[in-house]
Amino acid sequence: MTAMLSIGGLWKSFAGFVATRDVSFELLAGETHAVIGPNGAGKTTFFNLITGHLRPDKGSVSFEGRDLIGLPPQKIVRLGIARSFQRINIYPRLTVFENVQVALIAHEGQQWNLFRPGRSLHRQGTQELLELVGLAPEALETAGELSYGKQKQLELAIALASQPRLLLLDEPTAGMSPQETGETIASVRDIVKARGLTLLFTEHDMSVVFGIAERISVLHHGEIIASGAPDAVRNDPEVKRVYLGEHAHG
Amino acid sequence: MTLTMFTLNAFYGLALAMNMFIIASGLNLIFGVLRVINFAHGMFYMFGAYIVFTVAKSWGAPFFVGVLASALALAAIALVIERLLLRHLYDKEHLMQLLFTFAIVLLMSDAAKMIWGTDQYSVGYPPGLGGAVNMGFVILPQYQLFLCIVGPLIAVAMWFVVDRTRWGRVVRAATQDREMLAALGVNVPMVYAAVFTIGSALAGIGGALAAPRIALVPGMDATIINECFIIVIIGGLGNMWGSFLGALAFGFVVQFGTVLAPNWQDVLPYVLMLVVLIIRPWGLLGRPETGH
Amino acid sequence: MPQRRSLIASAVVVLLLALLPLAGSRYAIDLTTEVLIYALFALSLNVLIGFTGNISFGHAAYFAIGGYGCAILLTTYGWPLALALPAAVVLAGLVAAVVGYFCVRLTQIYFAMLTLAFAMLVWGVAFKWKEVTGGDDGFTGIKMPAMISHHIGYFYFTLVMVSLGVAALWVICHSAFGLTLVAIRENSVRAGFIGVDTRHMRWAAFTVAGTFGGLAGALFGMYHRGMYIENAFWTESANVLIMVLLGGIYSFIGPIIGAAVLHLLQTFTNQYTPYWPTVLGLILLVIVLVLPDGLIGLARRVRARGGRS
Repeated sequence: MTAMLSIGGLWKSFAGFVATRDVSFELLAGETHAVIGPNGAGKTTFFNLITGHLRPDKGSVSFEGRDLIGLPPQKIVRLGIARSFQRINIYPRLTVFENVQVALIAHEGQQWNLFRPGRSLHRQGTQELLELVGLAPEALETAGELSYGKQKQLELAIALASQPRLLLLDEPTAGMSPQETGETIASVRDIVKARGLTLLFTEHDMSVVFGIAERISVLHHGEIIASGAPDAVRNDPEVKRVYLGEHAHG
Repeated sequence: MTLTMFTLNAFYGLALAMNMFIIASGLNLIFGVLRVINFAHGMFYMFGAYIVFTVAKSWGAPFFVGVLASALALAAIALVIERLLLRHLYDKEHLMQLLFTFAIVLLMSDAAKMIWGTDQYSVGYPPGLGGAVNMGFVILPQYQLFLCIVGPLIAVAMWFVVDRTRWGRVVRAATQDREMLAALGVNVPMVYAAVFTIGSALAGIGGALAAPRIALVPGMDATIINECFIIVIIGGLGNMWGSFLGALAFGFVVQFGTVLAPNWQDVLPYVLMLVVLIIRPWGLLGRPETGH
Repeated sequence: MPQRRSLIASAVVVLLLALLPLAGSRYAIDLTTEVLIYALFALSLNVLIGFTGNISFGHAAYFAIGGYGCAILLTTYGWPLALALPAAVVLAGLVAAVVGYFCVRLTQIYFAMLTLAFAMLVWGVAFKWKEVTGGDDGFTGIKMPAMISHHIGYFYFTLVMVSLGVAALWVICHSAFGLTLVAIRENSVRAGFIGVDTRHMRWAAFTVAGTFGGLAGALFGMYHRGMYIENAFWTESANVLIMVLLGGIYSFIGPIIGAAVLHLLQTFTNQYTPYWPTVLGLILLVIVLVLPDGLIGLARRVRARGGRS
C-alpha cells in the first residue's frame, strides 16, 4: 500500500515553546489511524500544520506525492483533504441545511455565481449528506442553536461535502454522552467504509480509539513516542508511563 | 531651505509630534488593553482644551491648574462612562463598542455646544513659557521646547510603568488573555476601568497642552481623531513605541508638508498612512491579530 | 413560497410609490426621492457589512465618486445622461476595486481603518482639486437633462433606477455568491476550509458595494443639483452605517427600513431642534445596548415570541 500522507521531520515553535518536535509520520491509503496524547501534546497543532492553517518551521508534508507546505487551506481542500475542528466551527446563523449547502456550492466552484439563487443549488446532495449523519430532521434549524452533539455531526457533514479522500477529525466525540459517542463512531465507521476514505483522527475517549483504529500514534510534548497496531501501543511501556497511566479510567 | 529654517521646522514638527503622541498614546493604550477603538477620544481632547480655557482664561487660574483640571475632569467623565455603560459591551462585538463610542461623540458634541456655544476661543501661552530661547543660529519658542520635553517624559514614564512595575505586568497580561487573568484572581474590571480612565485623561492632557498652540473651534475633535487614527495605525495598533514613531512621522510630514507643499498638507497624513500600510500592512511595529 | 411573496410585496410597494405623485405634496415627493436614494446607498453598504461581515467606515467615498463623477461629466463635459451615469457608476466601482484590493489584505478593525483612510483621501482630493470639483464651495449647477429636471420626472427616474438597483442587489445577495459571502461572515476560517478563496470574494463584495454606492451617489448629486465635500466626509459614512445597523444587518430589507426611519427622523427632528446629534446618539445607544440586530431583528424576535405562545 502506498503512503497517502507523508510527513517528515516536522517542527513548529511558538515564541520558544516547541509544539511540534521532529514529527515524521506516514499514513497509508485506506487506513483508519488515531493520534492520541494528553492535553497539550500538540494534536491540534499537528492537524493545523497538515491542513495549511499553520506553516511549519521545518519539515515536509506531502499528500499523494504533492507538497502541501505553503498552500493555503482552500487549495489543500481541493486536493482531497477535509477536516473537522475541535472547537465547533460551523456557520451559526445559517440553517443546518445551508451550512452543508454552502460547502457543496464551494466544492463545485459555484461560489462566484452571481445569478443562480443559492437556496436552489445542491438540494439533493445536501439532503443526502444530512441523512448520512442523521441530521435530516434538523435541516431547517439555526445551526447555532443545535445541541453540541448535533453540531459535531454537522461538522462531519460539512467536512464530507468536500468529497475528501482523506478525512481529518479533531476529537469527533468530545463532549458527547456515551450514547452519542457510540452513534457518532458507528456512523463515522460506516461512512468511511462506504466511501473508502482514509481517516486520521484525534481522540481522548480510549474506547473509541481502540474500537476503530487500525493504527495508533501517540503524541507527547509534540513528539511521536509510539506508533503501530493498537495492541503494540497499548502495551508500550513508554506510552503507559506517559499517558495511559495518567488516565485512571482509561 | 536654510539650516535655520530646517531646524526651526524640525523643531516645530517635533513639538507637534510630542503633543500628538500624548493624545494618541491614550487611544493606543485603550485599544491595546480593551480592544476598543474609542472614537470619543477626539471629543475628550476637545473637552480637555475647552476646560483649560474655562479654568485658565475665564476663571483666571494658573495654566497648569487648568491642565490638571482637564486631566481630572476627563478621568471622571471616562470613569463614569466606563462603569455605567461601556462595561456592558465588552463581550459584545467590536462594532457595538465602536458605535457606542460614536454615540458618546454625538452626545458630547451637543453638550459642548450647550456649554461653550459655537464661538472660537484661544488660550495664550502660560507665563514663563511664552517667550523664546536664542540658540544662536535659530530662535526656538519656549512652549514648543516644553512640549519636546514633556512628550518623551510621558513616553518613558508609560514605558517604565508598563514594562517594569507589577501593575504594568498585569496590564500587559490583560492585552494577551483577559480570561486567564480573571482566573488568576486579578480584578479585571478594575484594570479595564483604570486603563480607560488613564487613556482618556491623556486625551484631556493632550488637549489642554495643545490649547495654547491652536484655535479652539467646534469640530476640532473630528480633525484630531482622524490624526490619532493615522498615528496609531502607522505605528501599529497596540504598540506604544509604535505610536511614538507614528507621531514623529506625522509631526515631521505635516510640518514640512505645510512648508514645502502647502496645497496638499491636509492630504499628506493620509498618503503617509497609505504608504506605510502598503509596505507594512499592520503598521511599523504592529503584528497581525490572532483572531479571538 | 416566500420568494414569490416578497416579489409580490415589492411589486405592490413600487406600484404604490409610482402613484405617489398623484396624491402627494411636493414635499412628500421630494422626501420620498431622498429616502429612495439613501435606501440604495444603505443596501449597497450592507453587501459588505451584513453579507460579508466586513465593517467599512469609508463607504461615502464611492457615493461621492459616483456623485461628483456624474455631475462633472454632465456639466463640465456635456455628456448625455445615458453615458454620464453609467460612466460615473463604473468609475466608483473601479475605485472600489482598487481600494478593496488593499483593504482585504487586512481584517476587522484594521480593514475598517484602512477603508476610512482611503475615504479621507478621496475627500482630500475632492477638497484640493478645486478646478474640477469646486473644492470647499462644492460643485453646483449641475446640468440636468430636461426630462428629469422637474421634481416629478426626477422622482420617477429615481424610482426606476433604485428599483433596478435593489433588484440587482437582491439577485446578487441571494445567489450562490451571496450565500457564500454569508458563510464568510459567519466563519471565514471555515469558509476557507471548504475551498473558498475568502480574500477574493471579499474583494468582489467590496467592489459590488462601491459600484451600487456610486449609483446612489450619482442619483443624490443630480437630485440636489450639486455635490459638496461633506458628502465624502466620514460623517456621511457614519450616517449610512447607522442606517444599516438601525434597520438590521441580517436581513435584505433591513437597510431599506433603517434608511427610511433614520432619514425621516432626521428631517423631522431638524425642524424642531438643532440637537439632532443628541437624538442620533441616543438612537445609537439604544441599538448598541438593546437592539444589535436592528429593527428587523426586533420584529423577528417579537414575531417568534408571538408564534411560540
